[in-house]
Amino acid sequence: MTEALLALWDGAFGSSYAIWSATLVRSAPLLWLGLGVALAFRAGVLNIGAEGQFLMGAIGATAMAQVVGRSVPGLVMIPLMALVGGVAGAGWAGIAAWLRQRFGVLEVISTIMLNFIALATIGWMVRGPLQEPTRIYPQSAEIPWSAQWPFLIPGQRLHLGFVLGLLACAIAWVVLTRTATGFRIRAVGASPSAATSAGQIDVGRTVMRVFLVSGACAGLAGAAEVGGVTWALYEGISPGYGYTAIAVALLARLHPGWIVVSAIFFGALEAGASAMQRDAGVPSVVVQVIVAVIILGVLAGSQRRTRVDALRVRAGSRR
Amino acid sequence: MEALLIPFLDATIRTATPLAYAALGELVTERSGVINIGMEGIIIAGCLGGLVAAGAGGAAMGFLGGALAGAGMAAIFAFFVLRLRADAIITGTALTLLGLGLTGTLYRGLFGLEGAALGTPSIAPIALPGLSSLPLVGPVFFTQTGMTYLLYLFVPALAWWLARTQAGLALRAVGESRAAALAAGLDVQRLRWGAILFGGAMGGLCGATLVLAQVGTFTEGMSAGRGFIAIAIVVLGRWRTVGTTLAALIFGGAFALQYLLQAAGWALPYHLFLALPYLLTLILLAALRGRAEAPAELASQESWSRA
Repeated sequence: MTEALLALWDGAFGSSYAIWSATLVRSAPLLWLGLGVALAFRAGVLNIGAEGQFLMGAIGATAMAQVVGRSVPGLVMIPLMALVGGVAGAGWAGIAAWLRQRFGVLEVISTIMLNFIALATIGWMVRGPLQEPTRIYPQSAEIPWSAQWPFLIPGQRLHLGFVLGLLACAIAWVVLTRTATGFRIRAVGASPSAATSAGQIDVGRTVMRVFLVSGACAGLAGAAEVGGVTWALYEGISPGYGYTAIAVALLARLHPGWIVVSAIFFGALEAGASAMQRDAGVPSVVVQVIVAVIILGVLAGSQRRTRVDALRVRAGSRR
Repeated sequence: MEALLIPFLDATIRTATPLAYAALGELVTERSGVINIGMEGIIIAGCLGGLVAAGAGGAAMGFLGGALAGAGMAAIFAFFVLRLRADAIITGTALTLLGLGLTGTLYRGLFGLEGAALGTPSIAPIALPGLSSLPLVGPVFFTQTGMTYLLYLFVPALAWWLARTQAGLALRAVGESRAAALAAGLDVQRLRWGAILFGGAMGGLCGATLVLAQVGTFTEGMSAGRGFIAIAIVVLGRWRTVGTTLAALIFGGAFALQYLLQAAGWALPYHLFLALPYLLTLILLAALRGRAEAPAELASQESWSRA
């Protein structure tokens, strides 16, 4: 037990390599994904599909890098990958958004179904259209040099995607708290009927836009992962980042500022868990258990508090 | 034609059986006015519970173990949603993660990286004397495992219980209007606890059936979205017992088609077939727009979950 915990700590914070090349590298996708989930939840959109949107973003970025990568310099290529990744993620989320708006399909179910379909798509891609030239391994060829995102610190693996993620959180913070758009998002999330009648807010349009932006964040995370970490597409490219992102968002209480802290926390957990598996033989899926327990803990904590508040307002049962 | 049709229909019933268990469990839970999105975590817990218990005490113990594991997971859900009044959707999502993570961890801890693979007791199909020699119907419906036959008895029993008994009426009342049920003196909390635990036990049976009657072993994440498909099946079955069972058959068919087309050496990429049941879920959910007759309390559940 102690051995496992020590391995966990060492893997996450034990050395400068652990911090800059493991923990923060794993925090990068969680920043983007956690932000995407938090924005959606803020507007009352239960987007559980960050995983699938991430995978579609990774597929889009890889395809883009393979097709035009060799003929275009990095300065053009990297924004292009981010764009394609974001559009792919938004498109994938858009299916669920459309199903919700047009047919009233609960997005919890549709986004999860889309996760499985994305997983099948990536399985097909790496054995079909995007498979490496020798056609032996189920993965894509390495993306060209110009498509590889720059590292931030010499000798460490921390890449551009992390800083962009921090920037995105800062922008989201300002938008949510200081702009009319942000107010609309919060109003729709708090009460769709009140937002319509009192605020004259077009709920459908707000929901649709937030859903798309949330998907774009996840797709961008996928593009950054291919460009900054793996340099190739393969099936196991995400160790369940999209699901961890839900915990990231909830632990941060859906606040973009706290997303940074909670993304780094879960990044450390992921990094530490792989070290733990390597050094102490404890399976890394244990992280999923920790994630679940943290979500439940947050739920228990927050519900108790709101319940107390409710009791104070009107002595009686909550509903 | 018949050479292809009978294996297909046989596989349809076989793969629909665990789906029907999970979906009927979810049906009872939802009729009480609570949606349990965590069915996926319950099923995978049932898979491992079934494997471990069957290894210790044989196949019959396996089903008991699966049901208990499922009910245990459901108890966590019920505690959070009913007692702490936590968000049902988020709690369900956490339950799924918990189930997938916990089973993966325990499985590797118990069996190491090599896995359990061999030596898992399993149940074989039983040809019912007389009935199984009927043309077409016999090999399809009456050469299945005991779990399928149990389902033949269970479906009418559940339909009767929900429609004709005092307890069934009470459960439906709670699902339609919590306030009215309270006013009528019903113990809402207890009814919902019961419905959720029952749903969990059924989900656990689904998992145990997967392991002991279908796959023959445990693999991580082997529930493969069946928990979410079960929820879609309930919607497709319009919250009715027989409808839900028929809807489970449709999805059983989608999974069976996968095996069939693969076996027939179809030229299309294998991964497209993997996506088939999930695509079907989306299409059917969309097609059912506006005709759904969900228990009224489910809608309000959703609105307070969005706080």
